[in-house]
Amino acid sequence: MNTNSNTYTVIYTTVVCVLVAAILAFVSQLLGPMQQANEKAETIRQILAAAQFAEKSEWDSKSNDEVLTFYKENVEKAYTIGQDGQENGTLDIANVEIYKTSDLKAENYNIKDESKASEIALPVYRFKNGISVIPIYGAGLWGAVWGYIAFEANLNTIAGAYFDHDSETPGLGGKIKDDPAFRAQFNGKNIDYAAESIFAIVKGGAPEGQCNAIDAITGATITSAGLNDAINTWLEAYKNMLNR
Amino acid sequence: MDAKLKETILNPIFKGNPITVLVLGICSALAVTVEMKGACVMALSVIAVTGLSSLVCSLIRKTIPNRVRIIIQLVVVALMVILVDQFLKAFAYSVAKQLSVYIGLIITNCIVMGRIEAYALMNKPIPSLLDGLANGAGYGIILIIVAFFRELLGSGTLFGYPVLSALGYVNNGLAILPPMALIILGCIIWAQRAIQKDLQEK
Repeated sequence: MNTNSNTYTVIYTTVVCVLVAAILAFVSQLLGPMQQANEKAETIRQILAAAQFAEKSEWDSKSNDEVLTFYKENVEKAYTIGQDGQENGTLDIANVEIYKTSDLKAENYNIKDESKASEIALPVYRFKNGISVIPIYGAGLWGAVWGYIAFEANLNTIAGAYFDHDSETPGLGGKIKDDPAFRAQFNGKNIDYAAESIFAIVKGGAPEGQCNAIDAITGATITSAGLNDAINTWLEAYKNMLNR
Repeated sequence: MDAKLKETILNPIFKGNPITVLVLGICSALAVTVEMKGACVMALSVIAVTGLSSLVCSLIRKTIPNRVRIIIQLVVVALMVILVDQFLKAFAYSVAKQLSVYIGLIITNCIVMGRIEAYALMNKPIPSLLDGLANGAGYGIILIIVAFFRELLGSGTLFGYPVLSALGYVNNGLAILPPMALIILGCIIWAQRAIQKDLQEK
């Protein structure tokens, strides 16, 4: 057979493409539920790490089921709030309904676009020990940065925080996730809506005794600034719920 | 095992190593060698992709229309890469997250296409599979050597366990950045050419 004829070439490439597409579609259908479960469990791990139930590495060593069970047992209420700080929706705890990173990205557009103010539905995860966790989302140096900030029952003192990123430089901007000492700075700090910025990540070091500021990461100016913006933008959006 | 097959397997590991001798696949060697864990998974992924795509291309080599052979190869390679990516996301999520785009970028790794063009299209499936696996392994070994030094010097750890950092070592930030991978790679190439005099250029 002449494998160089036009007819043969067209038929051959079509068959190969359709075959490959079919294989990929099948595998995607097969593995999709597992991938989504992994993504969901990862988000819960980050929320639980922010709420200081245990270090992130400890949650990583636990199975998805264990993480989900712990969440279901310890969360008191998961809901969404609108711009006025009032509850405008509930998240189903039994089905572990949460906001994935892609949902946070969508909500980030709503926050920044004033015409979408009425569509805002921001998640709050309140745990039985009084801690409430809220997410933040924004832009770092190379890609998105996001994370979770846990507040004590007074909704003003920060109990803990956890951050993640798409593609920050390992060892520099990546420290927002990898350096426990950076995250630990958040513990016990307060937010202050009367101040110039609600919370500040200060390049060159936070002034001694300022209760709403922490040190930025050396060599990661833009990641630190991006995280600072993300935190302040989202805290502003939560202003009617958090304690001013 | 006959000598020719043995040569097929052993040559890419040292004498004809795709990274140090052919200098292919440098981009990902710089990007994913910050930590041992990532480098090991990347090495295994590349071995799987090179092996399977060489096998498949060799199986269909007589039916491929010559004029569109690169496109067909690309489709096969892309298929394998996406499969590996999907399986990692389902079964090793944390590592898949760490490697992020670099798994997808295996498609552009010159080693994969290079071996299909140079070997799989002219040889039977089994030798092609072995050739693909061996080239992936040759690539993986270099990746792991580079990652060993970068993680040890940059973070003081190996596979996340403290080694040098437990002894009060101050981390070297340069080792974490891509230039250090080039420096280590240069040293490996230097060492190999010092041993194998015939690779030295006159």
